[in-house]
Amino acid sequence: MVEWTDFERATIQDIFSNIDYDVVGPAALSRCLVVYPWTQRYFGGFGNLYNAAAIISNPMVANHGKVVLRGLERAVNNMDSIKETYAELSVLHSEKLHVDPDNFKLLADCLTIVVAAQMGGAFTGDVQAAFQKFLAVVVSSLGRQYH
Amino acid sequence: MLSKREKEVIAEIWERLTPVAEDIGSDALLRMFASYPGTKTYFSHLDISSGSSHLLLHGKKIVLAIAEGAKDISQLTVTLAPLQTLHAYQLRIDPTNFKLFSHCMLVTLACHMGDDFTPVIHAAMDKFLSAFAAVLAEKYR
Repeated sequence: MVEWTDFERATIQDIFSNIDYDVVGPAALSRCLVVYPWTQRYFGGFGNLYNAAAIISNPMVANHGKVVLRGLERAVNNMDSIKETYAELSVLHSEKLHVDPDNFKLLADCLTIVVAAQMGGAFTGDVQAAFQKFLAVVVSSLGRQYH
Repeated sequence: MLSKREKEVIAEIWERLTPVAEDIGSDALLRMFASYPGTKTYFSHLDISSGSSHLLLHGKKIVLAIAEGAKDISQLTVTLAPLQTLHAYQLRIDPTNFKLFSHCMLVTLACHMGDDFTPVIHAAMDKFLSAFAAVLAEKYR
């Protein structure tokens, strides 16, 4: 079981209550597709991903970014049972979507950068550590059901 | 692979950061120590608490070295030759730590540059820092 300090819990709740999911989700996913272009392999049906501008303005990418962030919210609301919360999603990503679990970390890093850019100085080293710990648990849980 | 334009943008950014090398460097280091406590083991001989003169000096040293490398990216192996030797034979920092530091540097840049740290710049910077780290580790074996 993951042990969360009071600081970590407060930090995660704080961050997620202060970000606009409809902005951050699309920003994180499009950033991932630009910075790590091989991740585009999972989005063959998404239309024009030809260059950064196309990716960033692609409405399917934006929509999917929102889906991903709302999925993340489930972990935020169930911090003490993230593994269980994501069991089904893990199966989905493995059996149906066939996503290499290493990609989860890439998206997590992009999300960290997006949140950092937004929070500026408030995204201190300790806040970053808490946020990354949370995302590490999410990433691990999503990879759990692969076999 | 860095395009000509990417190399120009990288060089530009690091030139702008040179006057605040201390702040950028120490910020990245502090983030790394907070998120990856194992990295602190390389600094047992220094005071790496926030604001300490050791931390500021060390952060400055690192950023200035990165900035120097950024001036002519195609010559990284030449520019970094002395640092390659230092890291391989004296410091012997496990190269996985370079990735951790690079990640924290990206976060520092994101906090510092906000919206200006666009996905395109992020991609270029990530490529540059990866290349830098790879060259730094070249003499290890």
